[in-house]
Amino acid sequence: MISLTIDGREIQVPRGTTLLTACRQAGADIPTLCYDPDLRLAGSCRMCVVEVKGRRNLVAGCVTPAENNMVVETESPDVVESRKIILELLLARHKLTCHTCESDGSCKLQDYCYRYGVTDSRFTGEFHDGPHFSKEDANPFIKRDYDKCIMCTRCVRACEEITGAQAINVMNRGHHAKIATIFDGNLEDSPCVFCGQCIMVCPVGALTSKVAAGKGKSYQTEKVLTTCTYCGTGCTLELNVKDDKVVGVTSVRDENWSPVNRGALCVKGRFGWDFINSSDRLTTPLIRENGELRPASWDEALDFTAAKIKEIKGEHGPDSLAMFSSARVTNEENYLAQKLMRAAIGTNNVDHCARL
Amino acid sequence: MAEELRVLLQYADQINPESADDYVKVGGYKGLEKARSMDRKALIDEVKKSGLRGRGGAGFNAGMKWSFVPQDAPIKYVVCNLDEGEPGTYKDRIICEKNAQALLEGMAICGTAISSKQGYIYCRGEYPFVVELLKNAIKSAKASGALGDFDIEVRMGAGAYVCGEETALIESIEGHRGEPRFKPPFPGVEGLWAAPTVVNNVETFACLPNILANGAEWFAGIGATRYPGTKIVTLTGDIENATYFEVPTNVTLRDVIFTLGGGVKNGKKFKAVQVGGTSGAFIPEQNLDTQIDFDSMGSIGAALGSGAVFVLDETRDIVDVVTRISKFFEHESCGKCNPCREGTFRLREIMEKVNAGRGTTQDMDNLLLLSKVMQKAALCGLGQAAPIPIESTIKHFRYEYLRKI
Repeated sequence: MISLTIDGREIQVPRGTTLLTACRQAGADIPTLCYDPDLRLAGSCRMCVVEVKGRRNLVAGCVTPAENNMVVETESPDVVESRKIILELLLARHKLTCHTCESDGSCKLQDYCYRYGVTDSRFTGEFHDGPHFSKEDANPFIKRDYDKCIMCTRCVRACEEITGAQAINVMNRGHHAKIATIFDGNLEDSPCVFCGQCIMVCPVGALTSKVAAGKGKSYQTEKVLTTCTYCGTGCTLELNVKDDKVVGVTSVRDENWSPVNRGALCVKGRFGWDFINSSDRLTTPLIRENGELRPASWDEALDFTAAKIKEIKGEHGPDSLAMFSSARVTNEENYLAQKLMRAAIGTNNVDHCARL
Repeated sequence: MAEELRVLLQYADQINPESADDYVKVGGYKGLEKARSMDRKALIDEVKKSGLRGRGGAGFNAGMKWSFVPQDAPIKYVVCNLDEGEPGTYKDRIICEKNAQALLEGMAICGTAISSKQGYIYCRGEYPFVVELLKNAIKSAKASGALGDFDIEVRMGAGAYVCGEETALIESIEGHRGEPRFKPPFPGVEGLWAAPTVVNNVETFACLPNILANGAEWFAGIGATRYPGTKIVTLTGDIENATYFEVPTNVTLRDVIFTLGGGVKNGKKFKAVQVGGTSGAFIPEQNLDTQIDFDSMGSIGAALGSGAVFVLDETRDIVDVVTRISKFFEHESCGKCNPCREGTFRLREIMEKVNAGRGTTQDMDNLLLLSKVMQKAALCGLGQAAPIPIESTIKHFRYEYLRKI
């Protein structure tokens, strides 16, 4: 263990602890934009800078190891000034449309500007004709509004490290640097799998869900924890519910609540929820009579099916029947399905969609 | 009276820089031979004792840097920084063109000290002819057996200034975007392909053969006590002798400019000198009696840097010059960290406004505020140093700004 003083408070941490972790342990609230505990460190946003006694420059807490006898100030005048100026620099290139932004209320840039009283930027420039980064991307899922991008590169790292798609990276340099697919094309023409992990990690409104757009801001929706039903993996997701309707799906990244996927989802889990309130959705079984489908009760449908199965078995034998099961049901249900075929019907004709 | 002291360039134009045999005839590869006869620790101590400090700009004690390399690591690399991106600097090119074998020998000495078998030379993209020269020099050295089992490969940059920063250079060799890494871990512990790596400048490596051959005391006795040896300076701008000189590190700037350099061109008066490259401070006349060594330059808020000496005569418009410099940094910022990516862009924007006569004193306050935050909070040396020309000229030539406001 090493000991250091943070904002006048002495604490002990194991060797190898970063200053960010140590400061948070000491109760200091350190702002971060590029830091993400699940992603490799970047050390680039410089919001987590703190002052270490004896060091000429401020150091980024997320990438600086705590050292024995360090004396750290987390809100010294230089620290606060640097954070304010960084926020002003980011505001100067940021499309300030908070009132219609999907991330309003869950935006780190907004939160930190509020915290440090940054209402305006002195660096907006004389002509307001700086480069624009907006990107029309005709895909049904992910809205890319890079005029709101703060270049934290969390999306790039999530795409590479969580999903493994490597669909996006930084192109160009300096102030012209922006997030792009290869040759700056659309996501559809890239290795993007539309998992939306980039949306999950984006701290601002640069990447948002097109499916949930306009249906409710974060603070207007109730969050209901549930398990995705699309496949047997069992990913935890969070339904965003407003007026008893599902208006979005977000991630829960806490390992305790989301042990299987830690927030990561696939395109179906994250974007494929609009069927819930769809008028096309089947809500009762249907029985075909004279070429027409009519609604039926579950009892009637099950009786009808059982009678038909018995009839076929009697006429053609048990091997004339087969069960085709689904990855959308649980292991236990799949077990029961094969049991039904083997024990009740008497056939080994059992297969599963996941095998195809 | 200041005079040149040629150590690295002693046999300039007398030997073929590509030929190991030529180099051996004038005493070359004696240093390496000595190094190989020494215990590794004693070798590092010898380099430490010589006081040799990094010639790339940071001025870190070379032997100290080597001592950070963990000896038990199975693979280690020696990397030579020949990115030489500082405008007005061409000393590394001169060393290669006049004495390339000394660079190779220096790298092999470092390889001996840290027990590395592989060196890389990262050459700037604008020097394709130097790449050819070095490849031939390596071939000749290998053929002569002088390098032993130490291999050197030349890698070429693509013109990014930031790749002169050692970790961005490493990223570039690895095939990634030229962006600096955060430190620690320092390259000495985790560098190229995550292996311990010593990155030194061409001039630093080229000093080593003589240090080993003549002894640490000999080197420590040349020039300034705390930054001993010679330094190659490259003179550009409004100067009569716009060329290079190798000088002991205790000469003064005034001697470099007025004695060796022959003074300001066309008999005009001196206005300012920028030392150490584009990110260096502008120095006014009253500070010219400063020695060029690292610490003396630091004491006047300047930096020796790469040894570029850029002289401006009385007719030059400082604000205009600094505006151009701010454009350079906007172009060369890699875009990784917020203070530099946005800061260099805004500095250029404000400088252009001031230069065009539309500025206010508020703009000057904003320049200074932004300069301060960039120096304090930027990730690498580029962002930290980019505002120095602005800050130093507002300090020393404030009237030139005020004249335009």
